[in-house]
Amino acid sequence: MRRIISVLLENEPGALSRVVGLFSQRNYNIETLTVAPTEDETLSRLTVTTTGSDKVIEQITKQLNKLIEVVKLVDLTEGSHIERELMLVKLKATGSQRAEIKRTVDIFRGQIVDVTSSVYTVQLAGSSDKLDGFVQAVGTSGVLEVVRTGVSGIARGEKVLSL
Amino acid sequence: MELLSGADMLIRSLQDEGIENIYGYPGGAALHIYDALFRQDKVKHILVRHEQAAVHMADGYARATGKPGTVLVTSGPGATNTITGIATAFMDSIPMVVLCGQVASSLIGEDAFQETDMIGVSRPVVKHNLSVRHPQDIPETIRKAYHIASTGRPGPVVVDIPKDMTTPNERYEYSYPKKVKLRSYNPAVRGHSGQIKKAVDMLLAAKRPVIYAGGGVILGKATEQLTELTRLLGYPITNTLMGIGCYPCSDKQHLGWLGMHGTYEANMTMHHSDLILAVGARFDDRVTNATEKFCPGARIVHIDIDPASISKTIDADVPIVGPVDSVLNEMLSLVKGAKEKPDADALAAWWKQIDEWRAFHGMRYETSDDVIKPQEVVEMLSRLTNGEAFVTSDVGQHQMFAAQYYKFDKPNRWINSGGLGTMGFGLPAAMGVKHTHPDDEVLCITGEGSIQMNIQELSTCKQYDLPVKIINLNNQALGMVKQWQDMNYESRHSQSYMESLPDFMKLVEAYGHVGIRIERKEDLEPKLKEALAMKDKLVFVDILIDRYEHVYPMQVARGSMKDMWLSKTERV
Ligand SMILES: Cc1ncc(C[n+]2csc(CCOP(=O)(O)OP(=O)(O)O)c2C)c(N)n1
Ligand SMILES: [Mg+2]
Repeated sequence: MRRIISVLLENEPGALSRVVGLFSQRNYNIETLTVAPTEDETLSRLTVTTTGSDKVIEQITKQLNKLIEVVKLVDLTEGSHIERELMLVKLKATGSQRAEIKRTVDIFRGQIVDVTSSVYTVQLAGSSDKLDGFVQAVGTSGVLEVVRTGVSGIARGEKVLSL
Repeated sequence: MELLSGADMLIRSLQDEGIENIYGYPGGAALHIYDALFRQDKVKHILVRHEQAAVHMADGYARATGKPGTVLVTSGPGATNTITGIATAFMDSIPMVVLCGQVASSLIGEDAFQETDMIGVSRPVVKHNLSVRHPQDIPETIRKAYHIASTGRPGPVVVDIPKDMTTPNERYEYSYPKKVKLRSYNPAVRGHSGQIKKAVDMLLAAKRPVIYAGGGVILGKATEQLTELTRLLGYPITNTLMGIGCYPCSDKQHLGWLGMHGTYEANMTMHHSDLILAVGARFDDRVTNATEKFCPGARIVHIDIDPASISKTIDADVPIVGPVDSVLNEMLSLVKGAKEKPDADALAAWWKQIDEWRAFHGMRYETSDDVIKPQEVVEMLSRLTNGEAFVTSDVGQHQMFAAQYYKFDKPNRWINSGGLGTMGFGLPAAMGVKHTHPDDEVLCITGEGSIQMNIQELSTCKQYDLPVKIINLNNQALGMVKQWQDMNYESRHSQSYMESLPDFMKLVEAYGHVGIRIERKEDLEPKLKEALAMKDKLVFVDILIDRYEHVYPMQVARGSMKDMWLSKTERV
């Protein structure tokens, strides 16, 4: 099953490589990984999406917790949560394609953020599924370049991941 | 406040931490530190002949004393030479701090002379590693390193120290922190009472219980509690290779150790049990054999300080995360206060069954009139030293024979690389023990393959007067490899012979020690006695043993716990 694990990490050099090293060392999957500082400058927030049986996921969370620099973590997929990913896509856009792309972008609530005579650059945020859906809808033949940030997530409601 | 250079702060921090002995080898990036070491006499340094040996020495010291070991080496090759030793300590959860020099900060990343990313290289085999970024951080970094290494589930911690952190003429205010606080590191201090209660209820209701104890009992200094609980309940107990000595092996409740080369009765008892109380053990693959066939009728209570060890390979029915000593103490008082008592009839029937398994004598060997059997050498050593020696070992058949036939009644006496299986561990580990236990008998039971992996340390033994006794069970082969080739590769002995062995007698004499060679059975006892009588000499006893011997029992690969070979022809 796919899981989103959100981690508060000491904002120290080397902490990230410990997390990444753990995944490869123990043969766990990383599908996406994002990391950035938080409002508290001593902490980074890291979100990793992974897949595995319940037993594997339990080991992943336990092993992550053992890392000295991991302060706290939560498996967001255990409760209701919001997940978002940002994508920038460069599309071939000439002639009638231009209107067609514009319509599709509107349907997906994206934005065209850069325009040349032959290329549109589209920005789209949403769940990973939605981003996949957009790429499918515009057709891969017109896609020149795709860049995605990986998933960030947060729990719904009052629950917070903080110290 | 006192002003000290980084190097002086480092040594002073070791003093304030109570560290008396360090093991190491100097080099460019560590020279400021070595100079600071020279200008004091509280911290004693042992100069080894290879950095790997320094780590094994510190490891042997840690295993015998229960205190963290300390290593000091230079950057680059000095640091990378420690890796096998660090991995050895990591796999067996041994507390240790390894201080590594590093090139100056300004050179890091430039492929400078003797630069290695030791933080990166060591990462998978340490509990944690730290690098020093400001000289003022040295005291706190050292305090943190020892704190992390020796609390919770212990393990090695590497500290990387760039040369400019220890510059002699730059001085800073020194004070050693009493405590460190790490918001993200809080090992459990006691187990969950509800879980402990549940475990005790299950324990008292069991009909076919068994206690399965691991190295965690020794590391967690809980052998007394374990012994008391086991005796109070009257239940059978077995332990892992790492747990040897956690319960007196001469006691009638003790079944010997379990797993791949464990006793028939221990493996049978585990397999047929209805309740396993696992204490400080981790259901390693050398214990469980095929996990899907593991002890089909057993419910499992698992006590461990490391939550990640619980339900990793075998699911626990009642997990208890906490220090083994405090959890066992709580269990003891619950058992003492409980109205229910263990079911006496069921227990009597269970013991009757176990005694039948015992009577089957799973651990036996054929004696011979002319060749010396390795098992009889170990039995004799056990008798001649009253089972009280510290015994270190290397890896191979000799290690298994030592563990099977030496009768350990005390913890911290059996010292071997159980997790990583590091050949070359035995001699330096024995040196680490002897160095701090000069009046105790220290034996290194080894093989002619393993001993050659750190034989240069005979020189260190001379320099520091470390009269260990090296018992070389010489089968002229990489015996354990050969045994597997006999069993699984139709005796094709690919690269398992040790051809052109050195003349060990000349070799040890060259290093300034005494050599004794034993070839005939009738010489065994008198010559072993002669060796043991030379209290203040390192004696290398080279014993020509049966070249064709195998270690039994041996679990059948991919079978259950109870599937074993008992000899070359007998399979149960
Ligand atoms: C450093 C290292 N290399 C290889 C091995 C694999 N190995 C395990 S036992 C063994 C043979 C050991 O030979 P010896 O020390 O003579 O012991 P014996 O089995 O003959 O008693 C080998 C090569 C190991 N455990 N460690
Ligand atoms: Mg051999």
